[in-house]
Amino acid sequence: MDYAPNTDQQLEEMLRTIGVSSFEDLLASVPEHLRTRRLSVPQGLSEPEVLRLAGGLAGQNRSLEDAPAFLGAGCYAHTIPTVVDALAARGEWLTPYTPYQAEASQGILQAIYEFQSMVCALFEMEVANASLYDGASSLAEAAILALRASGRPRVLVSEGVHPHARQVLGTYVRGSDAAIQELPTVNGVTDLEALSKAAGDDLACVVLQQPNVFGCLEPMAQAAAMTHRVGGLFVASAYPVSLGLLQPPGAYGADIAVGEGRCLGSPPAYGGPGLGLFTTTAALLRRIPGRLAGCTVDAARARSFTLTLQTREQHIRRERATSNICTNEGWLALRATIFMSLLGPEGFRDLARSNCDRAHYARERLLELPWLRPAFGQPFFNEFTLVSDERVAPQAVLRVLAKQGIVGPWPLASWYPALPHGLLWCVTERLSREAIDRAVEALRGAC
Amino acid sequence: MAEPLIIERSVPGRRGFRLPPSDVPAVDLEQALPAEARRTQAPHLPEVSEFDVVRHVTRLSQLNFAVDTHFYPLGSCTMKYNPKLNERVAALPGFAWTHPLQPAGEVQGLLQLLFELEQLLCGLTGMSRFTLQPAAGSQGELAGLKIIAAYHQAKRRRRSTMLIPDSAHGTNPASAALSGFQVVQVRSGPEGVIDVKDLKQHLTDDVAGFMLTNPNTLGLFESNITTISGLLHERDALVYMDGANMNALLGIARPGEMGVDLLQLNLHKTFSTPHGGGGPGSGPVGVAERLKDFLPGPQVCRRGRRYAWDRGGRRGVGRVHGFYGNVGVLVRAYTYIRSLGREGLERAGRTAIINANYLKANLQDLYPVPYGRFCMHEFVCTLKHLKAQGVTAMDVAKRLLDYGCYAPTVYFPLIVDEAFMIEPTETESKETLDEFIRAMRAIADEVRTAPDRVRQAPQRLTVRRVDEVKAAREPNLRWSEVGEPARRAG
Repeated sequence: MDYAPNTDQQLEEMLRTIGVSSFEDLLASVPEHLRTRRLSVPQGLSEPEVLRLAGGLAGQNRSLEDAPAFLGAGCYAHTIPTVVDALAARGEWLTPYTPYQAEASQGILQAIYEFQSMVCALFEMEVANASLYDGASSLAEAAILALRASGRPRVLVSEGVHPHARQVLGTYVRGSDAAIQELPTVNGVTDLEALSKAAGDDLACVVLQQPNVFGCLEPMAQAAAMTHRVGGLFVASAYPVSLGLLQPPGAYGADIAVGEGRCLGSPPAYGGPGLGLFTTTAALLRRIPGRLAGCTVDAARARSFTLTLQTREQHIRRERATSNICTNEGWLALRATIFMSLLGPEGFRDLARSNCDRAHYARERLLELPWLRPAFGQPFFNEFTLVSDERVAPQAVLRVLAKQGIVGPWPLASWYPALPHGLLWCVTERLSREAIDRAVEALRGAC
Repeated sequence: MAEPLIIERSVPGRRGFRLPPSDVPAVDLEQALPAEARRTQAPHLPEVSEFDVVRHVTRLSQLNFAVDTHFYPLGSCTMKYNPKLNERVAALPGFAWTHPLQPAGEVQGLLQLLFELEQLLCGLTGMSRFTLQPAAGSQGELAGLKIIAAYHQAKRRRRSTMLIPDSAHGTNPASAALSGFQVVQVRSGPEGVIDVKDLKQHLTDDVAGFMLTNPNTLGLFESNITTISGLLHERDALVYMDGANMNALLGIARPGEMGVDLLQLNLHKTFSTPHGGGGPGSGPVGVAERLKDFLPGPQVCRRGRRYAWDRGGRRGVGRVHGFYGNVGVLVRAYTYIRSLGREGLERAGRTAIINANYLKANLQDLYPVPYGRFCMHEFVCTLKHLKAQGVTAMDVAKRLLDYGCYAPTVYFPLIVDEAFMIEPTETESKETLDEFIRAMRAIADEVRTAPDRVRQAPQRLTVRRVDEVKAAREPNLRWSEVGEPARRAG
């Protein structure tokens, strides 16, 4: 199957119009020795054949759509209202490019403006951009912004920040003069004493995640105040769904707040595409990475929208741009816009509440098992860390649950060797009481 | 008709979505969450019904030009048809609803797809391995540049210069700067391709690599590519190819055979995955054999008949994505490559080139093309002669919108005055191309007979020319809170 409609006869006619006798004449500039003789790619397939092939591959994977799951650890599967898929599938949303020609892209631009507005509302921040790749690269870009804005060389990042995000940060700043230093955690949260000792006037920013990778709630306001005392910027990585109940970053003094927005209306998709949320204060507006849509007027003074402050960006500023990003995650931002519109303030609260209630219920039930104990005594939102005793290996827990068709929690050992028996349990609104009870009973019988 | 903001449709108490009633005990929030962690003020989000949202978002969609609705000859962006079949496959729950931390045994089909996709990309480009992790072209560039830096570091030397042609995409110098390189520009010669003499002058022992685009942004094949890579390799510097224009090379030539050491592909261009109004994209990076140790991990691998993730190369440059890249996009690209297969991809490359040359042949008398007798998949006109009538490339772009065509890329590449960069792609029919030719010729007439009509375009859309200067001077980037004076950021 191919999608090139011109017939061989039409192509011949077109070659005659061009003034050549064969296609080869158009390739005079491609040296003969570089010409490909035969592509090493299999023959094409018809639509039914592709569907059979793809269906076979997809069928081998356990899908979270119907399997109950306790797996989160940075990628959270949440309910997606039907309307999100139905609207986002429209070709007018799926198939345009970045809206360079504002007059022919008013719908996209207004949707981005609404997205920016709603992200600001959820985070209580002053400015949001049109999105970055994912939560991890947003966090890296936040640190880079802080390094440049402060002119200081040192970044403190808590070990309670997702390890993959810390790795991406490391990749992004490698080769620069910046020093990345890790802050330890004590009893599951960032060690504020260590922060106090490490803070100094060479500090560009401090980075914390809320809730952190163990599911624990961090002392964000205290950490922000300590950072500000030495003139550093406070960077928060927040889980958008939690903001229906939890204090937003703007309220505890974040200068830059980022997050992974995939959970707002897009499926987990094996971790990507993600949706990098990026927000900051008005003071840092001109250093923000990525696209911004702004509201303005047209020649007839009517309200209209356009990409704006583009002199920050690579296509204008080239090597002096605030970031190299071009394509971002526009379609996921649209999905998030639809999702946030449908939920509204009450829906967000209900959603967060449902997560919080279920997670507390599940934790209580799981702690009935004599071989599980809490790793930390900290408040949590929808994720928590338990430790199994010596006799029960984390992998055994996963096996028992898998037999029940349940996707188990995340064993933390590979990320945190100090927690060899740590299990990170995530409970969202998608997990029914029945599934939680079934998991507990299966574990009671088998371990 | 203008559409109000969704917040302007808000009515207190209205709901668009409800969760099922709770089947677990309600936790006492005052007990569970410390006071300082609890949100005190609900977010200022719209309160609207499901139908409000459907009508609003549908109306907004109708204000967009898209590939599905209009010819979209945006140069360098390869706005080809995005097959619906790709969407159907990507939405299969076995792909869309898998979790990146599930045990490998639960996602064998997906891992097999990723493994095969890497092999297909190797086959199409002649590179030896790929990382599928970068989320878009410019993140691919970043990963590639980190690999170049790591390569020289492994040889225990510091090289700080990155050579980049003056015709390059803006992301190239931006990515190089972000990777800590000094950018040195190499001139294009009178033929529109890299000036080898100028390149030689800049070739010092401080050069880490050369980032070039082939075909370049003028739509011309860099015919000296083997000489160029030879020159770089003499100094043990690397050749990076920006693969944004790979569509022109499908079945024609493979970068691996040109001496290219590493490149990124833009799956949202060459491999038909939708642009989504600005992403998601995907920018896999392919490398030659001697660089594969530097690829960021993890990498999908095959052990016997099983697929798994390994840590990647010993000297890997480190993760660039939170998980494994834009897998949803990778599934679409795989579907496309398997659908077209060898003959389909060859036909795509060939037709893209014929379509571009057909447009060029029919337009160049009115819109001169300063470089190249024939082009590859795109070409660049100059509209500087219209300045005499007080008409700019931007004016012609806006007037094209009135004719129902999206505008080509304007003012890029920077080496062409009043540049107008046209890329039709292979999925447009001759009839559509003929319509575009008629529109462009009609506009040329208007420039002579009624230049104001062009200068004041667009006139047939829902908005007139948008005031970008005001947008930048008085940034208004979000709606203000109820009761809050229209607070402007900046």
